[in-house]
Amino acid sequence: MKNGDTHISSFTSHAIVLIVLLALTFLSVSVTGYQLGAFSVTIALAIASVKVATVILNFMHVKHESLFIKLMISGVFILYALVIIITFIDYQLR
Amino acid sequence: MSTHSIHSEQIESETGKLGMWIFLLTELFLFGGLFLVYAVFRAQYSEAFHAGAEELNAFIGTLNTVFLLVSSMTVAMAITAIQKDKKNLAIFLILVTLILAGLFMMNKYFEWSHKFEFKLYPGSEVLKNLPRGELLFFGLYFMMTGLHAIHVLIGMTLLAINIFKIKNGEVSSKHYLHLENTGLYWHLVDLIWIFLFPLLYLIT
Repeated sequence: MKNGDTHISSFTSHAIVLIVLLALTFLSVSVTGYQLGAFSVTIALAIASVKVATVILNFMHVKHESLFIKLMISGVFILYALVIIITFIDYQLR
Repeated sequence: MSTHSIHSEQIESETGKLGMWIFLLTELFLFGGLFLVYAVFRAQYSEAFHAGAEELNAFIGTLNTVFLLVSSMTVAMAITAIQKDKKNLAIFLILVTLILAGLFMMNKYFEWSHKFEFKLYPGSEVLKNLPRGELLFFGLYFMMTGLHAIHVLIGMTLLAINIFKIKNGEVSSKHYLHLENTGLYWHLVDLIWIFLFPLLYLIT
């Protein structure tokens, strides 16, 4: 841990993050306009994942947190991904 | 002595944030369970889920997404403001966040009351007589957006408490853990909506 100097995010960096998030939102809304079938679910979820990662890293300040918190958060997300994958394998093999 | 107290304050802030993150990760699994149920039933009743999603108003959904994203920014800015010791700016930004949250809830009210007009609410006869897939879709819709709305209301309460804490000096440029953790909670509300929005409103 760095001694005492907590990182202060600037107002402009927050504004830039918001613009990116809004752009991604309108991208996912416009993509659903095209009939891409099952593919559109994948695209919508991929865009949502990018948005979630952007919020966690920037707004939730994880970019500047300790390695311990970073590992804990990514570990739980990997755990959740495994839960989904294993559930679907179970349904596929019934 | 003073270096000692600064050091223990840092530890307090680190552990306080760690505790908040552990709580947020349990929240992830609370909603994650519902997302899993949604994913499984969507795979089984994909046509009914399409039909259900078409009933929802994508415009209101998009508008609410914008409200929550902007409110996430204002709450992050409020933390920057308090770190820079700009109390009034921080209070103003929290108020903007509260107004955006209020607009979100207003939209939710209109959306739900529109469904109630058609006697579409949990436990209603109309809902019970729907085909099984659509019954599951609307059940999940009310459960997920309802649970999310409860989180919005809790977040609004926490934000309002922070305004008073800034005013009486409990939250300041030196001690702002309370505001930081409230911010983390508010961002979680935003994160959940980021996934709910495409799954419920966009996939048609």
